Amino acid sequence: MIQIKDLHKSYKMGSNSLHVLKGINFNVKEGELVAIMGSSGSGKSTLLNILGMLDLLDKGTYDLDGVPIKNLDETKAANYRNKFLGFVFQSFNLINYKTALENVTLPLYYQGVNRKEREATALEYLDQVGLKEWATHLPSELSGGQKQRVAIARAMVTQPKVLLADELTGALDSNTSKEVMTLIQEINQNGKTILIVTHEEDIAKMCTRIVRLKDGIIMEDKKNKMIKAI
Amino acid sequence: MFSRDRWLEIFETIRKNKLRTFLSGFTVALGILIFVVLFGFGNGLRNTFENFFEDDAKNTMWLRSGRTSKPYMGYEANRLIEFDNDDLKEISSRFEFYIEGITPRISFSGNVGYKLESNNYSIRGVGPSHQKNEMTIMMKGRYINGLDIDNKERNVVIGRLVEQDLFKGEDGIGKFISGGGRSWKVVGVFQDDGGDNEERIIYAPYTTIQLIQKSTDKVGQIIISYKPEIGYGGAVAFENQLRKYIKQRKFIDPRDSRGIFIRSAASELKENDQFASVLQYIISFVGIGTLLAGIIGISNIMVFVVKERTKELGIRKAIGATPKSIIGMILQEAIFITTISGYIGLFIGIAFLNFIGDKLEEQYFITDPFIDLSTGILATVILIVFGAFAGYLPAQRAARIKPIEALRDS
Ligand SMILES: Nc1ncnc2c1ncn2[C@@H]1O[C@H](COP(=O)(O)OP(=O)(O)O)[C@@H](O)[C@H]1O
Ligand SMILES: [Mg+2]
Repeated sequence: MIQIKDLHKSYKMGSNSLHVLKGINFNVKEGELVAIMGSSGSGKSTLLNILGMLDLLDKGTYDLDGVPIKNLDETKAANYRNKFLGFVFQSFNLINYKTALENVTLPLYYQGVNRKEREATALEYLDQVGLKEWATHLPSELSGGQKQRVAIARAMVTQPKVLLADELTGALDSNTSKEVMTLIQEINQNGKTILIVTHEEDIAKMCTRIVRLKDGIIMEDKKNKMIKAI
Repeated sequence: MFSRDRWLEIFETIRKNKLRTFLSGFTVALGILIFVVLFGFGNGLRNTFENFFEDDAKNTMWLRSGRTSKPYMGYEANRLIEFDNDDLKEISSRFEFYIEGITPRISFSGNVGYKLESNNYSIRGVGPSHQKNEMTIMMKGRYINGLDIDNKERNVVIGRLVEQDLFKGEDGIGKFISGGGRSWKVVGVFQDDGGDNEERIIYAPYTTIQLIQKSTDKVGQIIISYKPEIGYGGAVAFENQLRKYIKQRKFIDPRDSRGIFIRSAASELKENDQFASVLQYIISFVGIGTLLAGIIGISNIMVFVVKERTKELGIRKAIGATPKSIIGMILQEAIFITTISGYIGLFIGIAFLNFIGDKLEEQYFITDPFIDLSTGILATVILIVFGAFAGYLPAQRAARIKPIEALRDS
């Protein structure tokens, strides 16, 4: 599903440049649930952002489902993101003046799906994350766990090839984290490829594969016997 | 993508961000409102100014005669020049091309009475076209006409206050008043905006006046109205030719500044027009200034709006909004709000000007302030267009922000 060869990325900071990723080689097969681990500042988010086409790579190649991702202009990247990828962020990133349902319909709006169909589909996905009754609520009326589930529904509503999650439990307590991870495992069981960035061992153990980053390279990459979240 | 869906999305954003919508709409409406009111007040000033000069027709020339100050062609200085019927006839045929109407005015005053009432009034022997020169408005009856002149009728037209003085509220039309030992039939009553004195005048056919003044052929002043279409240049040329011709005819030294006098509205008109155009410049200057301030206001609001929405725009981009759709959304929303509130400002402004009417006439010399609807709409459209331009830059910057940058921190 994902093939990465010799990926380099540096950030320019004034006259200095910070070499964050120094040659990453990395493949993900369909249906895997991958945890990307590493200490803070090790480049986990940078890698995920490049995979998510939110950021550009400096050197190397990236193929997504056989499509080489290169010469990305903003419009092309936006269309790929919309079609192929779903994002879940640590801080949820819901639009605060839109209801749960409206937030979930938004990716479909950018796909040009008509309003009725958008709402029907979005409601279906809200139901899957157990929040059908909360459809008309604003994010400010939801708990952290509920917000993250709305965000997952929004990420899933376009049926992306890959779900990318950056510290999705970072803002949640351990019980809520487990609930959210249960949902992630369910989605994975249905065949979805998922990459999770985390620095928590507990969360990583709930995945089928753990990749450890250090000093900009992959230090360890091994299969994991998945532990059920609950 | 001007689809219905886009509009629904925008309406939703507007509805759910009421404060922001209100603030930007308010600025635009206020800008247009101030523009309309200032511009309207400028026009009101001009109205007042024009009213001052409207009492006498603008296309009028007054010819008066006096004594010469230089000897010429065998004539002594200090000779009295007087216009007569021949002069009148010659001028009207020779300058037919320029002249719309010509009339003498023989002025004197005399005692006029009805029954027991009597008073001293200004009396003027005039021709029919005098009505136009003085912009005399008939309240009832008619003005002096051609038949009166030809038949030397003893018909008179009296001012509103003359009728009030003599007839004490009775209708004067058809009644006979006495003057100079004769009786005169009242055929018309007029009113005049020029003030009380203008309504205490009696007009009689000049031929009749000449007849009773020992069959003289002198005509006193000559008043000419020239055709307006000859314009300012034509009027000046006419005045010069006329002066030259009369001086020749009356044997007056061309360099003599006395003997005859011509006063024309044309020379005054020029000064008036200059003042009017200075006013116009001031009005336009204020108007453009207000519009500029409005445009700057909108630009600032757009910068603020985009800044406030940075995170939201980042989210939208992360889930698949293209830069084009981001720019389109921001601009469409801005143009929509600008248009609606611009027109609200326009109509409040117009309503306000109508409400003012002549309330400010006494103290501030502003009469019936108004703005052409087309000027108002043009200003609104300019604000919308420039507002869109002003919004384009921040919108474009917003569309270029990388989603990760917009989403960072949180
Ligand atoms: N946009 C950026 N500009 C400059 N430096 C950045 C940027 N994004 C990340 N970095 C730096 O790159 C390094 C890796 O960051 P990141 O990928 O966020 O780490 P992690 O998610 O593993 O904590 C950090 O030192 C961070 O400061
Ligand atoms: Mg990170």
